[in-house]
Amino acid sequence: MEQNAITVYNLTKHFKERKAVQDVCFTIRKGEIFSLLGTNGAGKTTTIKMLCCLLKPTAGRATIMDHELGADALKIKRIIGVSPQETAIAGHLNTRENLVLMGGVFGMRSNEAKKKATQLMDLMELEDRKDQSRKLSGGLQRRLSIAMALMSDPQILFLDEPTLGLDPHARKSVWNYIEKLKGDKTILLTTHYLEEADSLSDRIAIMDRSRIIESGTSSELKKKYNTRQTLNITAKNIRPSEIEQLRQKGMNVVCTATGIEITGANPDFYTLVDILRSGQVDIEAINMPEPTLDDVFLALTGKEAQA
Amino acid sequence: MKVLSLASRNFKEIFRDPVTVLLGIAMPVMLMFLFSSLFERSGIDIFSPTLLTPGVVIFSYAFIIMFSAVLLAKDKQSSFLIRLFTTPMKPVDFILAYILPFLPFALFQTLVCMLAGYLLGAEYTQLLPMLGIYLMVALTCICLGVAMGALLTLNQISGVGSLLITVISIFSGAWMDLGMVGGVFETFGYALPFAHAVDAVKDLFKGIANNGTLHHLIIVGAYMLVFFLIAIFSFRRTMRKG
Repeated sequence: MEQNAITVYNLTKHFKERKAVQDVCFTIRKGEIFSLLGTNGAGKTTTIKMLCCLLKPTAGRATIMDHELGADALKIKRIIGVSPQETAIAGHLNTRENLVLMGGVFGMRSNEAKKKATQLMDLMELEDRKDQSRKLSGGLQRRLSIAMALMSDPQILFLDEPTLGLDPHARKSVWNYIEKLKGDKTILLTTHYLEEADSLSDRIAIMDRSRIIESGTSSELKKKYNTRQTLNITAKNIRPSEIEQLRQKGMNVVCTATGIEITGANPDFYTLVDILRSGQVDIEAINMPEPTLDDVFLALTGKEAQA
Repeated sequence: MKVLSLASRNFKEIFRDPVTVLLGIAMPVMLMFLFSSLFERSGIDIFSPTLLTPGVVIFSYAFIIMFSAVLLAKDKQSSFLIRLFTTPMKPVDFILAYILPFLPFALFQTLVCMLAGYLLGAEYTQLLPMLGIYLMVALTCICLGVAMGALLTLNQISGVGSLLITVISIFSGAWMDLGMVGGVFETFGYALPFAHAVDAVKDLFKGIANNGTLHHLIIVGAYMLVFFLIAIFSFRRTMRKG
């Protein structure tokens, strides 16, 4: 039995001369949260638009739950839910009406749609208010947008920048709701927030200039691109002579408020401790901070992503 | 069911926007009272409530062009339309869902304008054929609005829409007899469907429906068909562009 929910092979989209997506390949397993991470204009949204049957690929192929992209558009649309980059809600309708509307356009009966709307409002903690949804806060509108994408009980959920423009508190709250869906839905999420991809995803693909340049789990990527180890040493009485000795051993030493920081490809830990002990330095702590996805992104693209 | 769900939403969007109701209904009625006061003072025939009503009704439909265009353009701009395009709805479902809700709105405008005219002393005959002509013009305006909404941005619509309202106001013959003005004014006015619709309804009210009236109806019907096709083409183009 096919375990991949989405298989993408050499997917390409050109808008006249501009290459928006070029030879993109990836697979997403059923029940997995897969993030496409990249800066603005990297090609994430265009990729999602092709997979949602909104744009016709220039080349390549993809299958969604074994349905061929291009040949089975209507079948694909029945099993996907999409929350676009903008909130995409009907502003003059209230929360419940928005949800019931989505049920209706998927062909659900009125009673069935109302029941499902109630379930989703409980899941996403959306109040049954009479207010028109355009008056809701940004965070609530995002949650409503995701709930609308869930109305048809889709097997696959596409979330295009689900927390774009939200403050950190509202962003974390949206993450909690996405976490609740983990395992039950296959989710393809695009983001340019590294922390978001790191926190939510089972696997990540990094896009840059229309292509996927690396993919794997967060820890795999960090391990692979952890080329710059850092040691933070908290100590009270480090003298210039010890620092000089460390530098003579090829270590890159920087003085900090609490001690020293040593960076390098592979600092020799034993030599370091010997030198400090021989100088009777009072070492309080030695820390080796975990590499971040930011380090990976920087190593791959040469540019900072939004943290 | 799918069409009705979206049509019902669009209907709510129209009627829950107070500006829509105010502009589309109150303004034509206000103009009707203003111009009929001219009839009382000047006795000019064209401003008599009976002959003024058809022009005011057709003029009120000009606002429908704006409303239908703005509704669709807003949905496009907010990505709501993108969300809908990812559902199993077909192009024909969308076209119907964006056209149908404006028909009751047009009917409501028509009835309010006619009631205002009646209160001012208008006399109506042949109501059913008259409603048929109004329906054709309303459909033409809705389809034009849908095409504009599909092809233009909100900013562009506000400019083009204002221009269209002005054009319909002047060249529909609502406030003046185009035949009396003559020249380019008359030629341009009768190249559009609105003056033909006004004349056809006036013919019905005067009880002089003849071949000339039929000629007016053919032109109005042809415009309706052309704009319906343009609306379908524009919408499909928007869908293709994703």
